[in-house]
Amino acid sequence: MKLYIDIVSAEGQIHSGAARMVYAPAMMGEVGIAPRHAPLLTQLKPGQVRVEDLDGEQLSFFVGGGILEVQPHLVTVLSDTAERTADIDEAAAQEAQKRAEEALANADDKVDLEKAQAQLAEAAARLHAVKQLKGTTGN
Amino acid sequence: MSGAKEVKGKIRSVENTQKITKAMEMVAASKMRKAQERVEAARPYAEKIRRTIGHLSQANPFSKHPFLEEREIKRVGLIIISTDRGLCGGLNINLFRSAVQQMREYEKQGIGVDVSVVGRKAIAFFRRLTDIKAEVSDLGDNPHLDDLIGSIKVMLDAYSDGGVDKVVLMGNEFVNTMTQRPEARQLLPLEPVEAPELPEHWDYLYEPDPDELLGFILTRYVESQVYRGVVENVACEMAARMVAMKSASDNAGTIIEELELQYNKARQAAITQELSEIVAGASAVS
Repeated sequence: MKLYIDIVSAEGQIHSGAARMVYAPAMMGEVGIAPRHAPLLTQLKPGQVRVEDLDGEQLSFFVGGGILEVQPHLVTVLSDTAERTADIDEAAAQEAQKRAEEALANADDKVDLEKAQAQLAEAAARLHAVKQLKGTTGN
Repeated sequence: MSGAKEVKGKIRSVENTQKITKAMEMVAASKMRKAQERVEAARPYAEKIRRTIGHLSQANPFSKHPFLEEREIKRVGLIIISTDRGLCGGLNINLFRSAVQQMREYEKQGIGVDVSVVGRKAIAFFRRLTDIKAEVSDLGDNPHLDDLIGSIKVMLDAYSDGGVDKVVLMGNEFVNTMTQRPEARQLLPLEPVEAPELPEHWDYLYEPDPDELLGFILTRYVESQVYRGVVENVACEMAARMVAMKSASDNAGTIIEELELQYNKARQAAITQELSEIVAGASAVS
């Protein structure tokens, strides 16, 4: 019995091949997938995806989160390229928006600049908080 | 000999320029190859995520995610991808022209347009025309998805909140080395994905709930499409630069040829003049 595993990210294919067992860090805890597993679709946390290939050798890949799709003989990991949380995404969005706003105001309006700076500080603080949170939980 | 010397200096300066354009041409050629590889590398992810969406919409036909739903269009979000640097022929200008044309068409129909841009050239261009909602630049030759999320999220959020009813991605399509074409691709709402054949009735186990997952997957899919657009645009940029630099090198070659002719003529004229002076001097003495 074997299953096929594909690990891909938006920037390229990471691994593809046959395997005996696959372990992945699902949202609700680590899951081990053996052949003929029921179809499963779940979100992944940042962590290691371990693949036990046909010779019993362990391969390990880091994913920054993503999606795990399980079909009876096919496991697909759609990996994010970097660690991402809702907070970090939000900060990135603010950043992009702020750049546009700031450019528009172009520093001749002091109030806007200060607002932009405040936003930047907030985004930085948020990022820092997320990082610290990750550090304490060991992710 | 002064005329000849001047021409010689000019030749040297054109030669130096030619050396630079030749080097740029070669650098662009190798970068283009790498960018093309990256476009290829992005393909499996898009295919697999598409397949998963297909499975999901088949297994779960009743939940309609807003990203999949067509609605009346009152406002359109445009994401415009340009390059950071110039010297790549008409690549950016062609794209901007078709973008502006589209914007005008929308305006004629009474549809508002929100613009989000990638790349320094687009920022400089569209700042004069409209309010830019979000911008990203300085992505380098090897763009990363992480750098793009911010500006994509602005558009996705606007779509979810009903701020825009359609999101279109505009970038250059890589046809071949000589040809790049401006292309508009609809991102949202997603065109329905044709579901693959599956054994009749089954469903996934979901963790957490299916709607949330679908939203997550669709977001990733849109992001991967934008990433692909950006990488393809890099390939276009390099191809366009390569061609532009090649023609610049060729033009420099023509100029050098012309200048060399001029130099030879000037040199010949100087020699002839000297000779005739000597002959005239000698005949005056005797």
